[in-house]
Amino acid sequence: MGWLTDPFRYAFMQNALLAAVLIGVTCAVLGVYVVQRRMAFVGDAMAHTTLPGLVIAHLGGWSLSVGGLAAAGVTAVAIAWVSRRGRVKEDTAIGVVLTGMFAVGVLLMSRTRSFRDLSHMLFGNVLGVTAADLWLIAGVAALVLAALALFHKELELTSYDPTHAEVLGLRPGLTRLLLLGLLALAVVTGIQAVGVILTNALLVTPAAAAALLTDRLPVRMALAALISTGCAAGGLVASYALEASSGASIVLACTASFAAAAAFATARRQFRPARGD
Amino acid sequence: MSALPSVTHMHAVQVHDLTVAYREKPVLWDIDLVIPSGVLMGVVGPNGAGKTTLIKAMLGLVTPVSGRVLIHGQPYQANKRSVAYVPQRGSVDWDFPTTAFDVVLMGTYGRIGWLRRPGELEREAAYVALAKVGMADLARRQIRELSGGQQQRVFLARALVQEAPVTFMDEPFQGVDAITEAAIIDILRELRANGRTVLVVHHDLSTVAEYFDWVTLLNVRKVAAGPTVEVFTPANLRATYGERLALPPGV
Repeated sequence: MGWLTDPFRYAFMQNALLAAVLIGVTCAVLGVYVVQRRMAFVGDAMAHTTLPGLVIAHLGGWSLSVGGLAAAGVTAVAIAWVSRRGRVKEDTAIGVVLTGMFAVGVLLMSRTRSFRDLSHMLFGNVLGVTAADLWLIAGVAALVLAALALFHKELELTSYDPTHAEVLGLRPGLTRLLLLGLLALAVVTGIQAVGVILTNALLVTPAAAAALLTDRLPVRMALAALISTGCAAGGLVASYALEASSGASIVLACTASFAAAAAFATARRQFRPARGD
Repeated sequence: MSALPSVTHMHAVQVHDLTVAYREKPVLWDIDLVIPSGVLMGVVGPNGAGKTTLIKAMLGLVTPVSGRVLIHGQPYQANKRSVAYVPQRGSVDWDFPTTAFDVVLMGTYGRIGWLRRPGELEREAAYVALAKVGMADLARRQIRELSGGQQQRVFLARALVQEAPVTFMDEPFQGVDAITEAAIIDILRELRANGRTVLVVHHDLSTVAEYFDWVTLLNVRKVAAGPTVEVFTPANLRATYGERLALPPGV
C-alpha cells in the first residue's frame, strides 16, 4: 500500500488532493444537470472563454481567479441573452463566442514574454495550489453545493418539464441563469485543477458515468461525486508514479471510469432485461 | 378588489377579443369565449385550428396580439394556482432520472415556495393522486418505462395534486388504451361533480356528445360554444370542418 500513501507524505500533494477532490465533487454534482440538460458544449465554452480573462489578470498583476470569473460571467450572460432570441441558434452562437474569446486569449499570451508561465492556464497546476487558493476552492464548493440543495426543486422541475415549471410560476429563465452562474464558478476552480482545455471533462465525464448506472436524480449526484473523488485521488497517484501531468492524469482517470461504467451497464443489461409492459 | 362585477366570477374562464398570430399569420382570430364554472368542456376543430394555442394563450405561454383572459375573474399571472395543465405528451425530457411518484410530487412545487422542500403533506397528496388514477403499484417505476396510457395517468395525477379549480388537458386520449380513456373520463366527471371546471382539447367527434356537457367548436375563429345538445349540430360541424365532413353517428 506504500505506493498509494507515499505521494501524500508531502504537503503539496495533500493540498493538491484536497483541492482536486473539492473541485471534482463540485463539478461532478453540477455536471449531472449539465449532462441532463445537454449543456456540455456550454460548459466547454465557459472554460475556454476564461482564457483572455486569465491572461489579462496575469498581465495586470490581479488575481487570476477574479479574471477568470469575470470572463466566465460575461460568457454566462452572453449565452443566456443569445438563447432568449431565436435568430441565431444557441450552439452556433456558443461556437462563435467560444473560439473568438479563446483566440483573444491565445493572442494575448503570444504577445507576452512569459508565454511558458501561462501554460498552466491551459493544462492546470493543481500541485501548485496555495492556502489562499484552497480557501477560494472550498468557498466555491460550499456555495455551489448549497445552491444546488436549496434550489433543488426548481432545478429539477425546470430540467424535466420547463413548460410545466413556467405554468406553475417557477421561472425557468431565472433558473437557467442560476445554473450558468454556478457553472461559471465551478469552471474557474476547475481550471486550477486541469486547465482551460480539460475542465469540461470534470463536468461531463463523472456525471455521464453515473447516468449509466442509476435512474434516480439524488443517487446520480452522489455517485458522480464518488466517482470524481476516486478519479482525483487515482489521477494524482498515477501522475506522481509516472511523473506525468496531474491534470491529464485526473481527466484520464475520469475517462477510464466512464469506460468501466459503460461496460458494467452493458453487462447488466444482458443479465437483467429491461422491464416491459 | 376586481374591477369586474362579482357575478362574472361564476365564470371559470372569460376570453375577450383574443387574437394570436405566428409570423403575422393569425392562428386565433378575435375569440370571445365564456366557460361557466362546473362544466366539462370539449374543444374540437380540425388540425391547425388553434386548439393548443388557445390553451397556451390562456396560460400566458404564448403572447397574444390582442385580447385578455380571466380565470375566475383574474388574469392567470395573478394566481398561478388557479389552473392545472396537462400538456400533450412529448413536452418533457423522457430520459430525466425520475419516477412516477417524483413527477406527481412536482405538481406540488408551485405552492411550496422558494427554498422549501416538499414535506409529508405533499408526499401524502402525491400518493393519494397516484392511487386515484390506479398507478399506486407503479409509483417507483421510472417514467420512461411506463406505457403511453400509464404516462398519461401520471400526468393527470400531477394535475389532480394541484387541486386547482380549473383543469386544462391537451389531447389526453392521444395514444392511450381504451381502459385508460375510460378511467380518465371517470375522473374528469368526478372533478365536474365537485364543482371544478375542465377544458379538454379533443379530436374524436364520435365521443363528444358522450363525454362533454359543454363544447367549443374552433377553427381559427370560434364557430360556436355552448351546451353540447344545442351547439354540437351538423350545421356547426360543417361550418368548422368544411362541407365534406362525414358526420359522426348520432349527430
